[in-house]
Order: sequence, then structure tokens, then C-alpha cells
Amino acid sequence: MAKQMKPNEIISEIDYKKMPEGSWLDQPAEIKPGMFCWGAKAKSIKAVGFPNARDWNPSEEDWKLPENWQGTVLEAMKDRLGKYRSFKLFMDICVRCGACADKCHFYIGTGDPKNMPVMRAELMRSVYRKYFTTPGKMLGKLAGARELDIKVLKEWWSYFFQCTECRRCSVFCPYGIDQAEITMMGREFLNLLGLNIEWIMGPVANCHMKCNHLGLEPHTIVNNVEFMLDDIETVTGIRINPSFNRKGAEILFVTPSGDLFADPGTYTCMGYLMLFHELGLDYTWSTYASEGGNFGFFSSNEMGKRLNAKIYAEAKRLGVKYIIGGECGHMWRVLSQYMNTWNGPAADFLEVPKSPITGTVFENTRGTRAVHISEFTADLIKHGKLKLDPSRNDHLKVTFHDSCNTARGMGLLEEPRYVLKSVCNNFYEMPEHTIREKTFCCGSGSGLNAGEDIDLRMKGGLPRANAVKHVHDKHGVNLLANVCAIDRATLTTSMDYWVPGVKVAGLSELVANALVMKGEKERTTDLRGEPLPNKAGGDK
Amino acid sequence: MRFLVPLVAVLVLVLLAIAGAGAHLQFLLGVVVPYAALAVFVLGMIAKVVGWGKVPVPFRIPTTCGQQKSLPWIKQNKIENPSGAGGTFIRMLLEVLVFRTLWRNLRTEMHGTPDNPQLVYKSTRWLWLGGMMFHWAFLIIVIRHLRFFFQRVPGFVQSIEHVDNGLKFLTTYPAVTNPGKLSAALHGFLQVGMPMLYVTDILFITAVTYLLLRRIFIPQVKYMTLANDSFPLFLILGIGISGVVMRYFHRVDVVGVKNLAMGLVSFHPVVPSSVGSIFYVHLLLVSTLLAYFPFSKLVHFGGVFLSPTRNLANNSREVRHINPWNYPVEVHTYEEYENDFRAKMKMAGIPVEKEED
Repeated sequence: MAKQMKPNEIISEIDYKKMPEGSWLDQPAEIKPGMFCWGAKAKSIKAVGFPNARDWNPSEEDWKLPENWQGTVLEAMKDRLGKYRSFKLFMDICVRCGACADKCHFYIGTGDPKNMPVMRAELMRSVYRKYFTTPGKMLGKLAGARELDIKVLKEWWSYFFQCTECRRCSVFCPYGIDQAEITMMGREFLNLLGLNIEWIMGPVANCHMKCNHLGLEPHTIVNNVEFMLDDIETVTGIRINPSFNRKGAEILFVTPSGDLFADPGTYTCMGYLMLFHELGLDYTWSTYASEGGNFGFFSSNEMGKRLNAKIYAEAKRLGVKYIIGGECGHMWRVLSQYMNTWNGPAADFLEVPKSPITGTVFENTRGTRAVHISEFTADLIKHGKLKLDPSRNDHLKVTFHDSCNTARGMGLLEEPRYVLKSVCNNFYEMPEHTIREKTFCCGSGSGLNAGEDIDLRMKGGLPRANAVKHVHDKHGVNLLANVCAIDRATLTTSMDYWVPGVKVAGLSELVANALVMKGEKERTTDLRGEPLPNKAGGDK
Repeated sequence: MRFLVPLVAVLVLVLLAIAGAGAHLQFLLGVVVPYAALAVFVLGMIAKVVGWGKVPVPFRIPTTCGQQKSLPWIKQNKIENPSGAGGTFIRMLLEVLVFRTLWRNLRTEMHGTPDNPQLVYKSTRWLWLGGMMFHWAFLIIVIRHLRFFFQRVPGFVQSIEHVDNGLKFLTTYPAVTNPGKLSAALHGFLQVGMPMLYVTDILFITAVTYLLLRRIFIPQVKYMTLANDSFPLFLILGIGISGVVMRYFHRVDVVGVKNLAMGLVSFHPVVPSSVGSIFYVHLLLVSTLLAYFPFSKLVHFGGVFLSPTRNLANNSREVRHINPWNYPVEVHTYEEYENDFRAKMKMAGIPVEKEED
């Protein structure tokens, strides 16, 4: 494995003014160590019944492609052009104005012109023109058309796995052209040839068979939660007894499995457990619907639907009234814009969510019947149902990172901020062009948070990290709050690399820190076991 | 190749028109070609839009650019994140009429040093300005041309011409009230002989030139530019220049032009003898643009209205969006899962459906 690049090496490489000479149409992609993920393994591909299961190595010349792979791709392309208006339209209407060019975190972090969203889309469009448009067929390269050969296929693979489907380009495109739609199609075609990456395909296989990305078996989930319960007892003196797979509960709680596995996600998970306990909520966890996230969504439409189906199926089996979902970015893209279309109608077996504590009916979820934890918590706080001591978070200077998906595929902007401001006294926003709908990806979304592509991830993480650095330098911000499991994993790495001294936490962790629970002992530490301010052993 | 070939192509078209007019091919250039081009344009655009329209929108995927509708006390951004038809309509209206999205465009700059980099994002509206100038001027110029297709020039066309002559007021007003030498000279200059100068003519040529120059001089934009981008710009610039030349410098027989236009719309085509060849240059370039339109990126003119990330309300959590081709998929069922893990589940105290395998 190549040596990881240093931060200043990454910056020195970037020159937005410098473009390669000549036409991009015949400049093949370089499959460079540190910039790509390992290819999907045979066993992972086989587990979900995808084609061309074999072990292969992207850095080798021979990708072991099936016979007539061009035909397979072109046939699939024709099929999808007839199924997705977005795809067809986005192939036709781009004028290459360049408004999207410097909006992509991968372009900003690499300076690689093919990471300009327009160019990443052109990789697909050039093939579309060649086989599906008259001028392309007649004029070829002059009309920006080119044949689908192995070089082009490798270029697709390289760049469709250098896109996190974050949709920031779509905010700035005058026609709303969304590179995520094109990347999704590209990945769908690549999957027909067995060309996924293992970091996606492995979790997909896990999630299919074991029902979560990490492959946690049912007893392991219970064990992991038990560990958290021990830690909660240490901090608060309260023993919590959550239930699993319990029929007749009012609410099914679904969260990404990352929250069950490693810190800092586990602290967020402890937050959910403490909040629900304090409320006396009639809810259950499920080991079958133990994944809120959906790496199938990063592979193909069908795989996304297959994995997502478990949530409604489990809600139906357990007979719950509705669903509360934990903190996760792409999970909420799916729950907001795909789940009910794929696997609904939820109205057949769920009720319109109504908070048992405040009586609030979540009218905006009348269709999906799934409430976001931040919506649920904000409502509780607004109604004064939580006793909060925000001074317990006084050792933290907090800023908030909007996840791409909740910002641009949902519009969850104020709810988490309201919660955050209620549980923390020190909150500072990052610069305005880097938050809310203009937020930057963590740099490792959509299944790219592997170890082998660390340079790519740090490059893609630069814009977010640099905005954090701004408030770190200016206000002494030392905590980056978010509502996304992937963020909790990836931003931790990115902060250590770009802005050492800034930690990462899920919103619910901060809520639980501030939550004054009935019958708790006097807390001396936060959930991480770090001393509370103004307490014995505290730093002041 | 991406600039030179299209430029040469447009120049060839110019020469063809001049040669054709000289070779008495006026009927071909003035009647046959425009009719054919118009037919291609109309049928092509219908086919294109119907083609898009036939493709389903399987998922509700608006790009949300503001606060969602959620709790009653949280203020929703009804335009940038609409949940109903009204907000979506206004969102589209702002997009189509005033290019809302380009208005929020940013420029990314890297400052600082490699050890202390600072990314800075600044508002930039040159592209917005160029785009607005180009599209609106184009539209107004097209409307002004309607005067050739009506026996009596419609009132709204006259009004638009009147306003478009805005410079007249700018120059004549001071010239009358304060007959200073400067304003008088300015007035004389802007008149350029007989006809009054149209503001849109200046805006149009300026905007097209700007849009072309940014493709040549901004490195990123140059990199992404194809012949598909420069060809329509050269073509439109050619149309603009030939129009300006006809109107201000090398006058053609306007009565003859009108007779030709009236003949075309009344399906009794006549070819006037006296119209200069520059007119046929103008007409051939316009015909080329029309015929080229449905096969090019210019279809964004129709496509912008159909973009699913903009023209859908963000209400998929409230109302189920139907995918017409949604099909059943193979799912690993709970039963299969329990069969795989029953012993482990029981051991961990997790309730099961069946006690035994």
C-alpha cells in the first residue's frame, strides 16, 4: 500500500487554473493507489445473486469481465433511459455552463477536472451520444461522442466511485441536474459486470443475510447494547432495560448499525437509549430491521429496495404503530424519497405518528409513518418535556455539520439546530456557503469510507474540514455535531487529519449529556467518561 | 477542433447563402429551407418533449434547498423546499424567468499556504448576468421580429419596440432639455444613421460574445467545452451580426423582407427580387439554428420545465409517490433470518416466532 499523503502535499497538488491539454475524450483515468477502493469479492457478489461473481483487482489490467459486456451495459442503458426521466433528461439538457464545476468536494480537494460534476456526467453522456443520438452516431468525437471501450469503462468505475451522491452540484445547476442520478445509473451498470467495490458489496451481503452492514448477529446486537447499558449505569446510576423484537410495542426504532458498533456512534446510541428510557417510551429495537442505512442504494435500485423492505416488513410483523429513525444521512434520503414508493403503502399497516408524550401529530410523515429522531426530540423540547442542563456541555464549543442527504434530500435543517441550541450553550455556525443546503460532504459518503482510498477521502473531506478549521481557529470550536452515522465514522478521521483537536459527536449524545434523568446520581463525567465542567475532577 | 470546426462551419454557411443568393437560389433559401427548418424544429421539439414525457418519474427526488415542512412552529421555506403545487410553481417560475439558481452561484478560491489552506467561497453573478442578458434579449428580439409576420404590427410588438428603444430617451431627453454638445453628439452617434438603436441588440451581441469568450479563456470551462457548445454560439453570433449589419449598416429592402415573411406565413410564398444577399445569410443561419435545435443541448429550453429535482413538491413523506414500474424483489425474509439464527436469538433472550427448527 502506498504511503498516505500529508495534508500539505494534498494542498500543493491543487491548482484550479491548470487543466490538461487536449481533449478529455481520449485521456484515460489513472487507477492510482490511495484513490480507489478494492474490488468486490466473489463471495459478496454471490451472496446477493449479482452477476459475474469473481475475485478481481482494479489495479490489474484484466478485470475479468463477462463476454459481451458492452452489450450488457448498452442494453441496460437503453432500459434505464426508458425508466428514469431524470436520467434521460440529464443526458440531454446539460449546456456545460460550468456552474457546478467548483461545487464538488472531490473537485475542490483534488483539482482533477473530471471531478467537476459536469465532466463526471460527460463520461456517461459521451457514450449516450454515441449510441442513442443522431449527431453522435454521425459525427462521433466531433459531437463529443465515443465508443464504450475498456478505457471508458475503467474511467466510469474510477469516477463513479469518486462521487458520493451528495447532490451539492444539483443545488447550483440551473436545470437541477443531479450527478447523484447519473452516478447511481453508472454504478447500476457497473454492478451488472460485477464491478462494485468491496466496501459496498461486503456490507450489502452482510445486510442481506444478517440484516445489517456490519454483519452483527442478533445476540451480538444484544451484547453490544448491554455494554452501552453498563456504561450508562456507570455515568448515571440508572439501569435501562430495552426490548428487542418485541411484538405489540408502539414504536419500532431503526438506526444505522454503525451506532451499535464503534465510538463515537455508540455514544449517540447511548443517547437514544437514555432519552427513550427517560420518556418511558413503549418502543422496541429489532435485530431483523437492524440497519437504517442502505448500501444497496449505492449499488442498484433493486438492491436498495431489497434491503429497505425489511423495515416495513418488521414493523408489520411486530404490529407497531409507527417508526422512529435514528441519526443517519442516506438512511433518511431513502426513508424520505424512496421507502414508501418501493415498499409501501405504509398506510396499510401503520398509523400516523403521534408523540405519546406531547400529543403532537407528525403530519409531514402521514405517508411514510417514520419520524426523524431530531423531529421527535425538537417537539419534546419545545413542549418542555425534557429537563435539560446544557451547562453539562459547557466544555464543548460546538458547530453543526448538515448531512448531504438530510439537507438536500429532505430539508432537515432547523430541527437539529433547535435541539443543539437547547442542549449546548456554545454553538457556532460554519461559514454560510458551507452549511444547510450548501453543506459539504464528509468526503467518504456513499460507501467510500474504506481504508485503501484514504487519500481520496481526505481530499474529498477538505472543504468540510476547512470550514470546521475556520470556526476552530476563530471560536475555539472543539466539537463537530452531526446527525449521521457515516459522518461520525469518517469525520473523526478527517478532523484528526485536517483539524486535530476537534471531536465528532451525534446530536443525541449531546442531548443525553444534558438530559437530567429521574433518579440519576450526580453526574461527574459525560458519556465518554470525560470530566464534566465545574464538577469534581473537572477542568475548572 | 472544438472551436475551429464550428467556426468554419458557420463561415461556410455564410458563404453558401451569399453564393446561393448570387446564383438565383432565392426560392430555395427564402422558402424551401425556412419551411423545412421550421418543420424540423417543431416536429423535433414535440418528439423530444413527448419522448421525455413518456419516461416515468419513478421517485420523488426534488433537491431540497431550504427547510422542510415539519413541526408547525418551524418555518418552512415554501419556495426552496415546496410541499405543495403553489410553492413548486413559484420555484419553477423563478427558475425559468430570473434564473434563481444561477443567482446563488459561488466561486471557490484557495487562499493561504499549503500548511494553512483557506477555502473561500464568493458570490459570483457574471454567468447569471450573461445568461439573463442573452435569453431575455433573444426573446425580445424574436418578439420584435413578429412585425414581419403581421400586416398590421400588433400593439404589444410596438410597445416592446418602444421600450427597447430606451436609449432614445436617454439621449434625446438631455439633448432637448440641455442641448449640450456631448449629448447631441451622443444622440447622433447612437442613431447610427436612420434607425434608432435597440438596447437588446447591444445586450444580445455583448452577451453572446461574453458566453463565447468565457469558453475560450476560463480554463475549466474551456476544458468542458465541446463543438456542441461553440457551434450554437458562433451560429447565434452570426445571426446577431448579420441582423445588426442589415439594420444599421447595410440596409436591405425591408418591404421585400416583409413580403417574403408574409408569404411564408400565409402559405403563398413570394420571392422578392430586391432583397440583398446579407438577408439570406441571416435567414440561412436562423434556419440552421431551428433545424439544429432539437438535436442539441438547446433542448434545455423545453427540458428545464421537466426536471424532477426542481418541478416536484417535496411531499413524499406525506403522500406516497407511485412508481409505475415498481416490481416485486427477492427479500431475505424474517422467517429465513430466524431460521438462520434461532438458537442464538433464544440464547440472547430475543423472542422468536417458532421455538423449534
